[in-house]
This record gives sequence, structure tokens and C-alpha cells, in this order.
Amino acid sequence: MSELLQQIINGISMGSIYALIALGYTMVYGILRFINFAHGDVFMVGAFVGYFVAPIVAPVVGGSGLAAAVLVMMISMLACALLGVTIEKLAYRPLRSRPKLTALITAIGVSLFLEYGGQLVFGPDPKPFPALIPSTMIVNSKFLVLSSNSLVVIGTALLLMVLLRHIIFRTRMGTAMRAVSYDHRAASLMGINIDSVISFTFALGSGLAAAAAILYASVYPSINPLMGLFPGLKAFVAAVLGGIGNLYGAVIGGMIIGLLETLVTGYISPIYRDAISFAVLILILLFRPAGILGRHETEKV
Amino acid sequence: MKRHRSKIYLLLALVAAAIVAKYQTAISPYYFQIIIYIGINIILASSLNLINGFAGQFSLGHAGFMALGAYTSAVITSSLHLSPGTAVSYPLFAGALICGGLVASVFGLLVGIPSLRLKGDYLAITTLGLGEIIRVIIQSLGFLGAARGFTGIAKLADFFWVYAVVAIVIFTIANLVKSTYGKGFLAVRDDEIAAEAVGVDATRYKIVAFITGAFFAGIAGGLYAHFVTYINPSQFGFLRSFEIVVMVVVGGMGNIAGVILAAAVLTILPEALRAVAQYRMVIYAFLLIVIMISRPQGLFGQRLDWSRVWRWVTRRSSSPAKGES
Repeated sequence: MSELLQQIINGISMGSIYALIALGYTMVYGILRFINFAHGDVFMVGAFVGYFVAPIVAPVVGGSGLAAAVLVMMISMLACALLGVTIEKLAYRPLRSRPKLTALITAIGVSLFLEYGGQLVFGPDPKPFPALIPSTMIVNSKFLVLSSNSLVVIGTALLLMVLLRHIIFRTRMGTAMRAVSYDHRAASLMGINIDSVISFTFALGSGLAAAAAILYASVYPSINPLMGLFPGLKAFVAAVLGGIGNLYGAVIGGMIIGLLETLVTGYISPIYRDAISFAVLILILLFRPAGILGRHETEKV
Repeated sequence: MKRHRSKIYLLLALVAAAIVAKYQTAISPYYFQIIIYIGINIILASSLNLINGFAGQFSLGHAGFMALGAYTSAVITSSLHLSPGTAVSYPLFAGALICGGLVASVFGLLVGIPSLRLKGDYLAITTLGLGEIIRVIIQSLGFLGAARGFTGIAKLADFFWVYAVVAIVIFTIANLVKSTYGKGFLAVRDDEIAAEAVGVDATRYKIVAFITGAFFAGIAGGLYAHFVTYINPSQFGFLRSFEIVVMVVVGGMGNIAGVILAAAVLTILPEALRAVAQYRMVIYAFLLIVIMISRPQGLFGQRLDWSRVWRWVTRRSSSPAKGES
């Protein structure tokens, strides 16, 4: 029983990281109807920005602590937001009116470009990610081991989600985003600048990915240029599971995938850790392709 | 006579393969290995071209099919203790390759079924996922050597085997897509709804594409296993699938000659550029992005027009031709 509780806490902490990444997928899909394959690699870049920035930032604000952690995360989010906007401008914008397959192949190209470019720039070997907030044990009994780390992860993720909700439902830009997602042609007729809305969406999604990366690296403090591949794919599965294009769906999907993965690792075998999310994907696509909260769209001629 | 032309070509190719195979020991082992890899990559790229290029589906799991073929045929030949050179080894090896291809095509059918409901992006991720699942399953099976790999496979594949299969694959796919039946693939690719409306059974075409493509990928896997004599699951990862996709995209989706050329060039290129080997994947990725933005139909367009290539080479025309169809 206590082991189960332990697994559930780990699962929720992992799930909230997946949820943050999944939000980026789902927002971009909602606006462009396009899956940004390179999202997982933006996540990777976020972790590396944190890795390089942390030693510079920490002495400035005085040792490692909350202030340093917040600053590192902000810088990493900003850097990735910039990267996301640049990718969209250079690689995806020229293809916007082309067939979807073209954009998909390009996105795969961007993904591999970041992965292998990362190997050239950062080196292929794993690097130790510095502990930004020293993890302390809150509960350490033989029934339950609860470190502050998992609480920080869950708390930060929740905070960012609330913030995102505010941006999307309470601000002018958020309203514009929802309008474009609903009908981009009508939105553009109403004077909404589609290009800037799309750029903003990429910035927002990439920023969340960077935040997720910092959290992920604090749980698994070893980073490498290929680290984005699987979290990216799993977050995508989470987005599809929840209903792609739906913000709440992404969070629910992320939680389910995180929980499922930790439970499978704990109770069956770690070998299937990466395969289970693909199995979920195949099942959901076969039986409920619109996802848990998604609406089914009929194809028009 | 014209009706049988492609069959005559096939026969000529097989004879040529047999003749070259007689003198294969004269080629230095390093070049020989590259030549074999070119052949295997041509099979893989051509079979993926049927799925991605002609039927317009998007599969990212070709390495999974290859792995199935490789492991199935390796298990068969190892349990039969086939040794190269013996008379009995030829038909049995052919049988093992076909079994590998069949197992792969059963999985191709499994992948083909979701493709009935999924499009583009979803299908790409599902096939990627299935490829990974195949890899994970092989990795967890002890009798296949798990992550350590499967060793001691007899070196049965040689020049003749590889290039005979290359000739058969090209013959089959070229004839399939040129036939009246095969026009259906193009119809499904160009507009599925319109194709359905005029009575083309899109479902059937998609499944046929996946089964055929997977079958040949399985055979390519079998040939690969019996050439390198050692296989392990990590050889059949996502990157392998991706390399094959790049060959198809660079050669031009739906362009048989272009894909063959691209498979050959992209196999030689990394060898020629060994000094900058670490840039290989970056260059591939960059190539992919640039081609998609500037020439989505591939370097050679829909059809590789040899007369235009010739004109370009001899520079008879002052303005270089653009291979538009």
C-alpha cells in the first residue's frame, strides 16, 4: 500500500512534467493543426541552457537557492521561447500553405537538426545537471519517502498551468489565440495578426517546455542531447490521449501517462517503460482518436 | 515485345548479378561492403517509397519491419545450421528470407489497419511507436539474445542475393504502380475522398502498400543479418527508419529511379565524408529541411528524366533543366 502511494506521488510528479510539454504540443496543434515534432528537442535545449546558465547565475544571487532556481528557469524559458519563434519563422512559416506531410517531414528534420546539432555543440556525453534547490527529505519513514523535489516539481507545474490559464482566458493575446484556433480566416478578417499570434503560441509552448526541462533535470540530473526524444514523444501521446487541441486534456493526459509509466516501471518491468506510452497511443487512436476530451472533427471535401 | 520488356530487364539484371557475383572476391572487402549496403538500402528505400511515395501514407517504422525480417530469418538459418556454399543452403536461405518477409508483412498488416483511420502526423507517430514496440519486445526476448544481440549468423548473403532481390523489388514495384490496379495507389495519395468517390477501394490499397512494403523491408533485414552476421536491437532503432525516410524524400516521393539514386548516394556519402562523420546526421537533417522548403517533390521531382540529366551533364542547354513532371 505504501509502495503504491510512493509510486503515485512519483507518477504525479512525472505526469506534471509531461503535462507541461504536452501543453506546448496541444497549443500549436490547436492553432496550426500541425504537430511540432521538434518540441521535445526544444525541451532538451531548455535543459542545456539551464546547465550553462546555473553556474553563472548562482554566485550572482548568492549560492544555490530559490532565487537562483527561479532565475535559471526564467532565463531558460526565455531562451527557448526565442528558439521556438525562430524555428517557426525559418522552418514552418514558409510551408504554412503546403500539404501537411511537407510540414511534418520538416518538423522531423528540425528535430534531428537540434538533436545532432546539440551533439556537436554540447558533446554527446551525458552531463550532470546541478541541483538548483537542494532536495530535503520531508517524510522519510519506511512507509513513505517524500523528498521536497517532487513537491517542488508538482508545485511549479501547477503554478505555470494556472498562469497559462490566465494568459489564455484572461488576456487580449489569449483571446486572439482562441479566436485563431476557432477559425483563423474569420479571426484574420477581424483584424487579428495571425503571424504574431502563431509566434506567441510557439513562444509560450517552448517556454513551458523549458520549464519542464528544468524540472525534469532536477529529477533526473543527467542531461544529454538526445534526452528530448522520449519525453517529447510521451508528451505527444499525452496530448493525443487527452484530446489534442484541448488544454485540460493535455494536463489529464500527461498525468495518466506519468502515472501509468511509473506503475509499469514499479510493478511490471522497467523494460516496458518507454513502450507502454506507445501502446496507449495505438489503443487510443484505434478506439477514440479524438482523445478523452477532444471533439471529433469530420473531414470535409 | 514491348509488353515483356520489363521482364527481360529483370532477367538481364539477374544474369548480370550472377556474373558479377562470380568475381566478387576481386573487389576489395571495404568497397564490397559498401556495394552490399547500397543494395540493401535500395531495397529498403524502394519498399518505403511504395508506402510513403506512391500510397501517400507516412510510415516511420520501416526499421521495425527490417528487424522482424532479420531476426526471423536469422533464427531459421541458425536452427537449420546452414553453412554458406552448400547446395542445400540456397533454397533454404531463400525460404528463410521469405519467412522473414512474411512475418514483417503480418506486422505491416497490423500497421496498415490503423492507417485506415489515421492520417499524416498520427500515422507517423503510430508507426514510429510500433517500430519501437517491436524493438523493445525483441530486446526483452532471451532466446533472441536480448540487448546483447544475435550472434553467429551464417554469412549467406552475397552480391548475387542482394542484387537479385534489388532487381526483383524494383521490377515488382515499378510494374505494380504502372499497372491499372496500381494507379489506385496514386489516386489514394492524391485525393483519398475523390478516389473513394470513383470507386477506388482506398482501404485495400493502403493495406496492400503496407504489406508489400513491409515484406520487402523484412527481406532486406534478412539479407542484412546474413551479411553482417551479427544483429542487435539497437541497429533497428528510430534513426534507421529515419535514414530510409530521408532517402525517399531526397530521391522524390514516388520517383523510383530518384529513390534508387538517393539510396546509393546517401550510402556512399557518409563513407566519402568520413572525416566529417559527426556532421552526417546534422547534414541529413538540414538537407531534409531545405529540400522540404525549396523542393518538396525531391531533388529529381516526380520522374527522373535521363535525357535531361544528360543534357545537363553535356551542358547543351544554357539553362539547367528542372525535372518537373
